[in-house]
Amino acid sequence: MATEHPMLSEHVRAEIDRWVAKFPPGKQRSAVISALHAVQHDNRGYLTEELMQAVAEYLDMPVIQVYEVAAFYSMFEAKPVGRCSISVCTNIACMLRGSDEILQHIENRLGIKEGESTADGKFYLRREEECLAACNNAPMLMINHKYHENLTTQKVDELLDAAATEDSK
Amino acid sequence: MTDKRINLEVNGEALEASPGQMLIEVTDKANIYIPRFCYHDKLSIAANCRMCLVEVEGANKPVPACATPVAPDMKVHTRSPYAIAAQKATMEFLLINHPLDCPICDQGGECELQDLAMGYGRDVSRFSEGKRSVKDENLGPLVSTDMTRCIHCTRCVRFGEEIAGIQELGTMGRGEHMRISTYVAKTVDHELSGNIIDLCPVGALNNKPYRFAARAWEMEQRESIAPHDCVGSNIYAHVLRGVVKRVVPRPNEAVNETWLSDRDRFSYEGIYSEDRLKVPMVKENGVWQERSWEDALEHVALKLRQSGSDIGALVSPSSTCEEAWIINRLFEHAGSADLDSRLRRTDFHDQNNDPVYPSLGIPIAELEQQQGVLLVGSDLRREAPILAHRLRKAALKGCSVGVLNAVDHPYLFTVADTHIVEPDEWCATLAGLVVAAGGELPPALASMSNVSSSGSVDYLKHAPSLILLGQMAQRHPAFGTLRYLAAVLAQLTGATLGYVTDGANTAGVSLAGVLPHRSAGGKPRPEVGHNVLSMRPKTLLLVNVESVTDLSDQIDRNAIRQAAETVVAFTPYAPDTLLDDADVLLPIGTWAETSGTFVNVAGLWQSFTGVSNPVGAARPAWKVLRVLANLLKVPDSDYESSAAVLAEMRGHCESALMNNMPEFVAPESSLAERSTEISELEVSLYQGDNIVRRATALQKTQQASHERPAALVSSSTVEALNGG
Ligand code: SF4
Ligand code: FES
Ligand code: FES
Repeated sequence: MATEHPMLSEHVRAEIDRWVAKFPPGKQRSAVISALHAVQHDNRGYLTEELMQAVAEYLDMPVIQVYEVAAFYSMFEAKPVGRCSISVCTNIACMLRGSDEILQHIENRLGIKEGESTADGKFYLRREEECLAACNNAPMLMINHKYHENLTTQKVDELLDAAATEDSK
Repeated sequence: MTDKRINLEVNGEALEASPGQMLIEVTDKANIYIPRFCYHDKLSIAANCRMCLVEVEGANKPVPACATPVAPDMKVHTRSPYAIAAQKATMEFLLINHPLDCPICDQGGECELQDLAMGYGRDVSRFSEGKRSVKDENLGPLVSTDMTRCIHCTRCVRFGEEIAGIQELGTMGRGEHMRISTYVAKTVDHELSGNIIDLCPVGALNNKPYRFAARAWEMEQRESIAPHDCVGSNIYAHVLRGVVKRVVPRPNEAVNETWLSDRDRFSYEGIYSEDRLKVPMVKENGVWQERSWEDALEHVALKLRQSGSDIGALVSPSSTCEEAWIINRLFEHAGSADLDSRLRRTDFHDQNNDPVYPSLGIPIAELEQQQGVLLVGSDLRREAPILAHRLRKAALKGCSVGVLNAVDHPYLFTVADTHIVEPDEWCATLAGLVVAAGGELPPALASMSNVSSSGSVDYLKHAPSLILLGQMAQRHPAFGTLRYLAAVLAQLTGATLGYVTDGANTAGVSLAGVLPHRSAGGKPRPEVGHNVLSMRPKTLLLVNVESVTDLSDQIDRNAIRQAAETVVAFTPYAPDTLLDDADVLLPIGTWAETSGTFVNVAGLWQSFTGVSNPVGAARPAWKVLRVLANLLKVPDSDYESSAAVLAEMRGHCESALMNNMPEFVAPESSLAERSTEISELEVSLYQGDNIVRRATALQKTQQASHERPAALVSSSTVEALNGG
């Protein structure tokens, strides 16, 4: 396993190392999901081929297996997307509680469709999010890694305003 | 493994199994068929297709036979209504997204999905939603893709990871969006990559050069032996109206298992190259004239008669035994020993140390059992991809592999002992290993500089172990010294000494006596003839040799050409080089158009018959040579068949043993007379013989174009780059 890598910041490497340490020696590739999270976060929301290559080298695993993991989990983005990622749950409980309307509202406000990012690179509206296990307080959405529940269009507006301010800081 | 046996019952039949075996292994052995897609006995178990569901009494659901270990007193039903219902349900799901394009699919007629759909599918689909479609990827010139047909068995993915050793394909996405892909749109470049065509149970991965060329049921399947390396992989040629349309592996556990190298699979395109020679030709006053076979052979016979014993022959090591045998008889009759098949070798001073025939020293399958292997001057993945695969298996089981080479080639396993030095340093490095193993150098070698005894070859002391002299070692200007040192090392460590030989039949042509110093069966010739470098005959025969690429750089072509009044080429092709160099061109058939025998690197005699119609007036070379022998009145040369030629030859080879360790005579001087470059020793993957060079798809591969990837530079270059 590598200890340095030109593509990976010291901070990211420390984070990956922390995860690697949790697995038995020689099983460092088990840390690939955490490593991709760290790298994606560091790159403001998405992965590139070079970054995945770097993770593969750092964890001493075939790069194709990193691609497989990144392609399998919907929380990894392999194309450039907006910095602030919005996931609206549209699964059954949320749907019954009006998630369609929430989604529509966000689309109108940001002027983008599901799966698209705003031109200013601020927002990314993810495609068709499945149940995020917060059905008791449906409808819900997730901004970056945070859950927001019992939504109304007004609450959504507040959330987007806050996120925009946060982003321009 | 314990040797306790387990008793179980399948469909009422009592069977025995070993603990840990999967149900499907046991039923396969007992000839009880269970349908499957993802299971393959050479690959790990994925259990993802669910086609092999069976009923096990007491289990509360159908279980996959490929992933269910046998248990004592298990009662299994593979054909019960319960099992069949499960299998049919699986099939229905598999067909949901599978396109109905069998009529335009090359796999049609030999498709596992099509076959099983006949047995388990419904006539009418209950699925009325849209089917998914998947974008194709370009995997290179050998493998075509129709990924909408993929059923996600992951055989191709597992092949890359487990057999090839480099995973190029992966499963991207999930659920309905899952697809097989390289992700970065690269080509699949491994030298065994074509095997994913056979593994793919549907028409997703297919044979690109063969695309739309024939239908499976129109072709005849004929057995043959692959002609491009010393392994002699067993193959089937699929032939339509006398034309080879494709080549697939014929399983033989002792040789190629179920695999085939890309070189052996796709080289058949070369048979139909545009520059095939279709009629005999004779050059008169510098102008080529077409001649009848009769005229041409009379002409050649006349030249040979006029030259008496002043004749010579350069014979491809991929010639058949039968061809080699008649050549040997012709030359003995004429009283000449100027014949050679060691075309790329340059050091002959110790040729008396040559074994009767060079071999691996062990059966091919035993390569897997080795505990230690040292590769001396071998680029095994190119020289013999199937041997490299066997070696990789050994390495994965713990065999320590050492490498002495000028370039650090990727082996796709961990190399335990690496010596990357320029070819000029190989002798000193090997001498160092001899000293490290506690041996003494003979006086002539003791003065060698740069001998470092810091290495350790202890891994060769664990039996069974092997020291392999590769093709580059055999082409090395100090091959004699290298071989002597390797033999000493073998003695010191108890390792077997082996060779990776050139061409398809180095062993066979050696046994047939196409050598200046040895006659049939390895008998020393009373008078040693001239070798490939030193011969200057009046009439020269070139058998399956194209003057430039098949010979070493050290041959003085001008001198040979000037000495020779007549050069007769027995050749399937008429390239410019031969049109310039030769005076007579006799069109002979390729391996596909002749019967013959190859002796592989493990001493296995494998005969084959012609599989296709000859191109033009080309004739099998052994028949052409037989007529010549008749014309020259070689006694008893009226062979009725190639089998008769072979029988006569074998009669002379009965006492020839697989033994690479004759009484070695120590070299008298230590170093080569000249320095050498690695480029002089290498022959690139798809340049080895006249057929491969003309295989268009192979020539378009990455391996053919990027012969020396940028990352693979020799040690001197690295030093230069590092500023000295
Ligand atoms: S391409 Fe063929 S071998 Fe590969 S997963 Fe699909 S069906 Fe299986
Ligand atoms: S359905 Fe939306 S969180 Fe479960
Ligand atoms: S063959 Fe058993 S699940 Fe595929």
